[in-house]
Amino acid sequence: MPSLSDLLGRNRSASTAKDRLRVVLIHDRSALPPGVMDALRQELIEVVARHIDVDQHAVRVEMVQEGRSATLQAEIPIKASPKPHSTE
Amino acid sequence: MTGRVITITSGKGGVGKTTATANISAALADMGHKVVCMDADIGLRNLDVVLGLENRIVYDLVDVVEGRCKVRQAMIRDKRLEELYLIPAAQTRDKNAVAPKDMVRICDELRQDFDYIVIDSPAGIERGFKNAIAPADEVVIITNPEVSAVRDADRIIGLVEAEQKGPAKLVVNRINTEMVERGDMLAVADVLELLAVELIGIVPDDSAVLVSTNKGAPIALEPKSKTGQAFRDIARRLTGEEVPFSASNGNEGFLGRLSKLIGTKEGRNA
Repeated sequence: MPSLSDLLGRNRSASTAKDRLRVVLIHDRSALPPGVMDALRQELIEVVARHIDVDQHAVRVEMVQEGRSATLQAEIPIKASPKPHSTE
Repeated sequence: MTGRVITITSGKGGVGKTTATANISAALADMGHKVVCMDADIGLRNLDVVLGLENRIVYDLVDVVEGRCKVRQAMIRDKRLEELYLIPAAQTRDKNAVAPKDMVRICDELRQDFDYIVIDSPAGIERGFKNAIAPADEVVIITNPEVSAVRDADRIIGLVEAEQKGPAKLVVNRINTEMVERGDMLAVADVLELLAVELIGIVPDDSAVLVSTNKGAPIALEPKSKTGQAFRDIARRLTGEEVPFSASNGNEGFLGRLSKLIGTKEGRNA
């Protein structure tokens, strides 16, 4: 939902506060420090990359809030040209 | 008679818990209910001065817990309202002088004689907070439209749920409409969206609150005060009445979004 300041085409401190709080609350609720997300992201990439050729720079791993609960969402784009399977 | 226990808490200090407790209690008593408010902030007694009853204290909550007096003897009757009483906190002891089971026992006794028992919780999430929510039938969380207060409120909402005292209800205190309109203060709708709880009150940022606490006279008893009206509305909602959130509490844009968020019909007409 857009905030009032978004609707007015402004970007004032309230929307910064809201964006920051959104992230902080998700981490507080899941008792997951922000640093752990980076580690999780890296490990996910490693695991998936063992099997599929992924675009490592486009990977997005984030917590998404819904009501008072959160979902871990990972978006891992696969590279356009598929890696040919080795026959050896 | 089986009274309801309402605990006012916040996590963060200085957001207006004691003022809210005094005003909600006064408003409930003014509506004709029998009300006792209790200061659970052992060692940092304050509800007495906000209500202007500091000169009448003989016994306190710890005296009751330790059996030096009966609950009745620790109750101070308000100067203005026949049906309002205060049980003050001890000033010279610490929070460990009271345990959650003591609060449950005392409140069970008070439920026999009162319609509402309103407990002013200390800040923090330790013993004092646990004491305050142990007997609660309902928990009201006070927050300000400010990052640290909202963050702490979220933590408290989680703890209240974990103690099976939820869902908590939210009061957003010290809303400055001008700053909200300028985009420099979180709107009530923003706070609600972040915390995902039910709203029970919006209180404006009003210097008249300081004047009323200077005098020890709750602003809820001033008929013309908008802030007093905000506290009276909260009291009515706590009794189960449906009271619309009036346009005077915020700007139109935010009310439109607010009505969508809380899903009530009254917001749409505002």
